[in-house]
Amino acid sequence: MSPADSDKTFRHFDQELGEVRELLLTMASRAEEQVRAALTAVKQRDAQAATHTIEADHKIDALEIEIEERAISLLARQQPMAIDLRMLVAILKISNDVERVGDHAVNIAQCAKRLAEAFPIASLDEFDTMAEDATGMLRDAISAFVDQDPDKARTVLLRDDKVDRANDAVFRVMLALMAENANAIVPGVQMMLVARNLERVADLATNLAEDVIYIVEARTIKHHVADHELEGEHDQ
Amino acid sequence: MATIRVTAGGDAALETRDVSVFYGSNEAIKQVSFEIPRNKVVALIGPSGCGKSTLLRCFNRMNDLVPSARVTGKILFQGEDLYANHVDPVEVRRRIGMVFQKPNPFPKSIYDNVAFGPRINGTGGNIDAIVEQSLQQAALWDEVKDRLGHSALELSGGQQQRLCIARALAVTPEILLMDEPASALDPIATAKIEELIHQLVADYTIVIVTHNMQQAARVSDYTAYLYLGELIEYNDTNTIFTAPTEKHTEDYVTGRFG
Repeated sequence: MSPADSDKTFRHFDQELGEVRELLLTMASRAEEQVRAALTAVKQRDAQAATHTIEADHKIDALEIEIEERAISLLARQQPMAIDLRMLVAILKISNDVERVGDHAVNIAQCAKRLAEAFPIASLDEFDTMAEDATGMLRDAISAFVDQDPDKARTVLLRDDKVDRANDAVFRVMLALMAENANAIVPGVQMMLVARNLERVADLATNLAEDVIYIVEARTIKHHVADHELEGEHDQ
Repeated sequence: MATIRVTAGGDAALETRDVSVFYGSNEAIKQVSFEIPRNKVVALIGPSGCGKSTLLRCFNRMNDLVPSARVTGKILFQGEDLYANHVDPVEVRRRIGMVFQKPNPFPKSIYDNVAFGPRINGTGGNIDAIVEQSLQQAALWDEVKDRLGHSALELSGGQQQRLCIARALAVTPEILLMDEPASALDPIATAKIEELIHQLVADYTIVIVTHNMQQAARVSDYTAYLYLGELIEYNDTNTIFTAPTEKHTEDYVTGRFG
């Protein structure tokens, strides 16, 4: 039994850290909603909805600033150690990544506005699947953070390659479409941009999942560091 | 000129105006003017000899006990000059309690330590209830309720310090002065005292002197930085430890000197 089990001390720090985590969750949920709203605007050719999405981005930016200020204050004033330190450093990185997810939602919404006025092109199964996969990765990465569940985080990492391949597929299909029909050039380019932004959202979801593993297991797995370490051991 | 960014907005628990303290001809505190807002924790920090303990001791006239000490300027407690002729220093010390660096329980039972103040003050009411409430407030009740008759000297250092806090609270002060209250304690006992400070501030104004900057950062709402008897900067604690206004403060909190 650890000492913490028998004589748990209430810590003022836990309360403050909990508040910052709550703010980050609010921010992440908003960013996820923004991506979904932008994709719906693409699908439904709804320029007005796209404009709403663009205008709502400042709320995410404001949350990022608040989280950053409070996290820095906690670092300076509470001198967190071990899991507390990892959590705060990860919160700073995650809030930065989530802010960028919000920016990608804005980019997608801008494409949606242009698509609403462009020559209509048929919907694409590859794109629909990609949109579901990328937003699903984001949702699950946030959920892994909430539950502090590294196993759930690992399932997110495994799905990134599929989204990358879907991005390539959308690119190829759009290229073919544009070659056949000059009217498809404007909407085709916009769809390529939407896919590219979604691919980036999936990358950011991957970062978030890696941060969850770092918080819980104190292991850095990005850039396949663990693989290199293993290779190093074999060399010796 | 000192940077002072804290005002009590007309609700100061304590206010100093041009306060200087002399030990003989040595000016240990130099014309310090600032306000301590009610129900806040204010930390006094600075290198050894900067005058932080001297300033703290002015607030309940402990310097009266040092023959060579002389205080000039005004210290206002609820608008009244603490050093006016008609003011009784004993009454001042009841309303402005103090906890010292080294726990100093009386060689009596736990119960008698806490009951001591209310008894000599002739406080009406139920002494048992005052003892329990004070020990509860000091987060010690659960640990000692079954052995109130035991000697206070049997307690651990951290428990003795919380007993001293309970003893100070038993006479219903409005302000608690703490002079390095955790410097003789281990990290766990220190954490308990710090949590206690967070709880007590709902009912009391707390002024704490600490040479441990991290402790000031953790527990206080506002921080005053003193150097060679001068108030260099008085700001909200967040600012002091993330972006102080004065270069001098920055050099101190980053450990570049002191």
